[in-house]
Amino acid sequence: MRKTTKNNLITFGGTTVLAVVMAVLSAAGALNSKTSGLLIPMGIYIILAISLNLTVGILGELSLGHAGFMCIGAYVSGAFSLVFQNTISPVWLRFSLAIIFGAVMAAVFGILIGIPVLRLRGDYLAIVTLGFGEIMKSIANNIYLTEDKNGLHFGFTNPPSGIDSETKRELLKGPIGMAAPQDTTIWAVIAVLLICLAILMMFIDSRSGRACMAVRDNYIAAQSVGINVTKYRLMAFTLSAAIAGAAGALYSHSISLLAAKKFDYNLSILILVFVVLGGLGSLRGSIIATIILYALPELFLREAGNLRMLLYAIILIVMMLWTNAPFGIRLRERILNSGFVMKLKAKFNRKKAGAGGAENE
Amino acid sequence: MSENNPALEVRNLSIQFGGLKAVDDLSMTIEKGALYGLIGPNGAGKTTVFNMLTGVYKPTSGSVLLEGENITGRSPTEINKAGIARTFQNIRLFKAMSVLDNVKAGLHNETHYTAIEGALRLPRYFREEKRVTEKAKELLGVFGLEKELDTKAQNLPYGKQRKLEIARALATDPKVLLLDEPAAGMNPNETAELMDTIRFVREKFDVTVLLIEHDMRLVSGICERVTVLNFGQELAQGETSAVLNDPKVITAYLGE
Ligand SMILES: Nc1ncnc2c1ncn2[C@@H]1O[C@H](COP(=O)(O)OP(=O)(O)OP(=O)(O)O)[C@@H](O)[C@H]1O
Ligand SMILES: [Mg+2]
Repeated sequence: MRKTTKNNLITFGGTTVLAVVMAVLSAAGALNSKTSGLLIPMGIYIILAISLNLTVGILGELSLGHAGFMCIGAYVSGAFSLVFQNTISPVWLRFSLAIIFGAVMAAVFGILIGIPVLRLRGDYLAIVTLGFGEIMKSIANNIYLTEDKNGLHFGFTNPPSGIDSETKRELLKGPIGMAAPQDTTIWAVIAVLLICLAILMMFIDSRSGRACMAVRDNYIAAQSVGINVTKYRLMAFTLSAAIAGAAGALYSHSISLLAAKKFDYNLSILILVFVVLGGLGSLRGSIIATIILYALPELFLREAGNLRMLLYAIILIVMMLWTNAPFGIRLRERILNSGFVMKLKAKFNRKKAGAGGAENE
Repeated sequence: MSENNPALEVRNLSIQFGGLKAVDDLSMTIEKGALYGLIGPNGAGKTTVFNMLTGVYKPTSGSVLLEGENITGRSPTEINKAGIARTFQNIRLFKAMSVLDNVKAGLHNETHYTAIEGALRLPRYFREEKRVTEKAKELLGVFGLEKELDTKAQNLPYGKQRKLEIARALATDPKVLLLDEPAAGMNPNETAELMDTIRFVREKFDVTVLLIEHDMRLVSGICERVTVLNFGQELAQGETSAVLNDPKVITAYLGE
């Protein structure tokens, strides 16, 4: 079997087993309520991290607005569920449609941003996505949607007026937020997670994924072999946005009152931290990093509050220095070539080491 | 119609960077199946010519015809699809990808399944991947890289990186292959081997080769005709041994 296929199967199998075991333990009441309560958000963060890794790790583009796509997915799906709360049944069908609708709308926005930005060569995406995330948050924060016997009424910055107070039902309430039906179960999260993970793995290990990585590794060379660079950048970015939208849908249906301010810059950065620490381009790394970095502080550092963001920032900086700064590289090489590590390697590593290559550019 | 056309025809090609005329009114005709050299001192404008031929730079004036078809001003992607492939002076591999995947990326337009068929693993994915992988392995075999399929490109020794770049370019099934200093950094043995490989490639892949090279043994050994560039202008053109013995050319090289 090919190495990539094997690796993918291990990651997919490991994730499935871990997720199912946790879900069963939780259902059996073997976990305390605090740990149990972490499972759904953790699953959602994993979906966000693996989808962002497609943009950052595989495509090599920095996106600082992943929370914006999550926000679209959350609001669109939430509004959908609220509007059709009494018309579509069973619940699983309504919820599935809501997730799909949320993902599709996030994808549409991905395309709208991608078309102008990804045609340009350079680091424009970071700036644009940063602004996009904040704009989405502000828009969501100002949307009002109210239903009465005459239908739906829409308001921006102010609640709609002239509502029949007898039959009034507030769906979106501006800064107060949205109370979508609580449809998200741990099993729904697991299902979406596994579907997204499988799609990402198969996409990356295909002609399209190779094209994306070729663009990442060398833009000019990718063009020189006839790859339509813009097309693949757009494709990967849109897929990444769609999956973030699906994660947003799971999220809004798991929070009793969701306010838009949750989808801020810090959230985008947090997901980026998971991706960078897990390793660019490694889905398995993203999953492990999310589990460790999300669960551990939640369980042990809850009181630390803002200190947590500081901790993440420090880890991120250390990580960047470790992988990029000259002294970090030297330090790393010294550690990796030290007698102790060499001995360990000799024990565990059956692969023969690649020959020392020439550094280019 | 394209039967009688030369493989590549360059007509009065010029490009200006600010005040600098990097290439000035260059014309050359390269017949089908030829092995043609583009030589000249450092900074003469050779790489700039390649960049214009492949659409990386848009010429200020002049035109490029590939088998009679005007391809001037097209994007690099379109020009590759039209039939020109290249290597780079400062090697540009897909560093973090395996040797095999580098060539499979070169076979991108030869791989016939859609993104959706790939992401959902529909039957065509398996059929095409199998076919393309075989093809890539065969190509790598030509360059003696068949034992390094899973090695990351950046971990290959320098000489093999150059070979991989040629293999990747050939994967796109070009009519014209442009090689920018293929022997740079190679020892005499490797260069001799490279000369054999280039000749072999021309026969096997039925391709026209235009190469830039400073190593005159390679140029006189395999190029039938050459153009000499100096300060962006054509200094001499013609049959290799005659041009290399031209006093003008010798002065230009010694004078640098
Ligand atoms: N994008 C650019 N902008 C400005 N000047 C450029 C650009 N590209 C090339 N030049 C200039 O054009 C001239 C020719 O450069 P080119 O790289 O084509 O030379 P060359 O013949 O390939 O030299 P070498 O043998 O050293 O590779 C140089 O003076 C170079 O500085
Ligand atoms: Mg050059």
